[in-house]
Amino acid sequence: MKGSPKHRNSLLVAGAVLIGIVVLAAVVSFFWTPFSPVFTDVRNPAAPPGRGGHLLGTDRLGRDTLTWLMVGAQTTLKVGVIAVGIAAVVGTPIGILAGMTRRRWSEVIMRANDVLLAFPALLVALILAAKYGASITSSMVAIGIASVPGFVRVIRAGTIQVMGTDYVQAARIAGLRGPAIAVRHVLPNVFGLIIVQVSVAYAIAILAEAALSFLGLGAPPSVPSWGRMLNEAQSMLSVQPMIAVWPGLAIAVAVLGLNLLGDGLRDRFDPRMITRQVRP
Amino acid sequence: MVWRILRRLLILVISTAAASFLTFWVLFDGCGPARTRLGIGATEDSVAQLCRELGLDRSMASQYLDWAGGILHGDFGVSYISGRALGPQILDQLSVTLWLVAGAMVVAVLLAVPWGLFSALFHRRIWGTLLSAGSQIGVAVPAFLAAILLVLLFSVHLGWLPPNGYQVPGADFGGFLSHMVLPWLALGIVQAAVLARYVRSAVLDESGQDYLRTARSKGLTRLDALVRHGLRNASIPVLTVIGVQLVTILVGAVVVEYVFAIPGIGAGLADAAKRQDLLNVQGIVVVLVVIALVVSFLVDLAYTLIDPRMRTTADGGRA
Repeated sequence: MKGSPKHRNSLLVAGAVLIGIVVLAAVVSFFWTPFSPVFTDVRNPAAPPGRGGHLLGTDRLGRDTLTWLMVGAQTTLKVGVIAVGIAAVVGTPIGILAGMTRRRWSEVIMRANDVLLAFPALLVALILAAKYGASITSSMVAIGIASVPGFVRVIRAGTIQVMGTDYVQAARIAGLRGPAIAVRHVLPNVFGLIIVQVSVAYAIAILAEAALSFLGLGAPPSVPSWGRMLNEAQSMLSVQPMIAVWPGLAIAVAVLGLNLLGDGLRDRFDPRMITRQVRP
Repeated sequence: MVWRILRRLLILVISTAAASFLTFWVLFDGCGPARTRLGIGATEDSVAQLCRELGLDRSMASQYLDWAGGILHGDFGVSYISGRALGPQILDQLSVTLWLVAGAMVVAVLLAVPWGLFSALFHRRIWGTLLSAGSQIGVAVPAFLAAILLVLLFSVHLGWLPPNGYQVPGADFGGFLSHMVLPWLALGIVQAAVLARYVRSAVLDESGQDYLRTARSKGLTRLDALVRHGLRNASIPVLTVIGVQLVTILVGAVVVEYVFAIPGIGAGLADAAKRQDLLNVQGIVVVLVVIALVVSFLVDLAYTLIDPRMRTTADGGRA
């Protein structure tokens, strides 16, 4: 069954390994890359893997693909961290508030949340790009804003569950006020949900960032980014298809890793999954 | 139940008003469009004059009401950048996108139902594991990557289908189909992978139920019992996902249209954003968001109609 400990661990490990590769590439790229990111090998443009010392080949201008992939991992991780950070910091308190307040207010918050939910990350990013111009900053903020409603929903559901438990009742009777309950009982108990949602939102952020730079509305041309690499590869498909394959593979690996990690963590943290496991 | 629907309808109207105001407010830029139109060299006086002529100096609220009122009559205003009426342009683009989305949705459902059903049926066996691993990988592939890989295979290598372009279905239906097959597949396969996971878990949830055992004891095979009885019940959670996906597909269409140079609303949006044509962006965003809100309303409605439990409880019974 899906929730068996062995299966759960294999998901976690597989996810962690894939994400580990991406993080390692980004970290190493701070100190070392096979070539300089600005070096263009004019004698080997659009080279196949292996030629001229380029392990994965070069792009249209002769820039080393492996180097750009590694530095591109930085961009991907950075955009994700900031975007998900915004979403978690804004979304978690709102979610807890919505889960703890009385029905009417909770309803108002959730309806407003539903309206925001109708604006997916790419849409918000295009809006900000139209108004403030395309940049990494506007993509990060846009993806962050668009990820808030997801956090609010998940955290609210978790909070409602926690609020129904006996120990919260006991804390209430003992005279603990709302904010104290939120910090002492709710937050630690929804922490697992926050972690799961972080991995979900991170995967969405990576896809959105890639789509944006693919459209030419994210990272500027000078900044290595997987989405932009794919965009530039598009015109070279009939000449050197591998230029498109590598960044595509990188995006898929990062997203797959986060999804697996999220599934593994969800099985571990989500109380509903635990009951499902017990059910025959 | 009537009350529940009316209440939901009211929420839809309020949400639509809120979303359209949000769109207008975020993209509102005062005299900005006048400045953009006149270029960098314009004097402050000429900007102020054009701003007055265009009516951009009025209060934001009154401009919003004018804009929203116009849209209700299909008038999206005239672009400050290109000087063209936006209404007909946006509606043309929308019709192209609806063809794309409808086809992709059909592809997604046609693939996902058997995909999920078989990976549930063979679960704990090698085929089931392979099918679910396949959907796990499919979820991680963005639509534009799928698009590029499909072009690589079917256009560059095999030369069977055109790599990009669009034909109006009325004029040349064969040409329309040949141009749409790859976009449909690119959008549809990725969504099918997502949907298949939900179909699988919904079917697995149902497969332990008593009514299926009864169906089996009547002499139906496992597949028959699942298809005849299980799918109907499994369709309730799956329906919600399809509703959510319709919105994802609509947004995914932005990138896929860009790859295939299809003149849809998504390509129009990316274009308008690049030209910083704020009025055009406002118009398209509002159309997309209203579609998203209406779809989620319809999904809720269908939920009420399909699931008899929703009818009996007074307030809908759902948290």
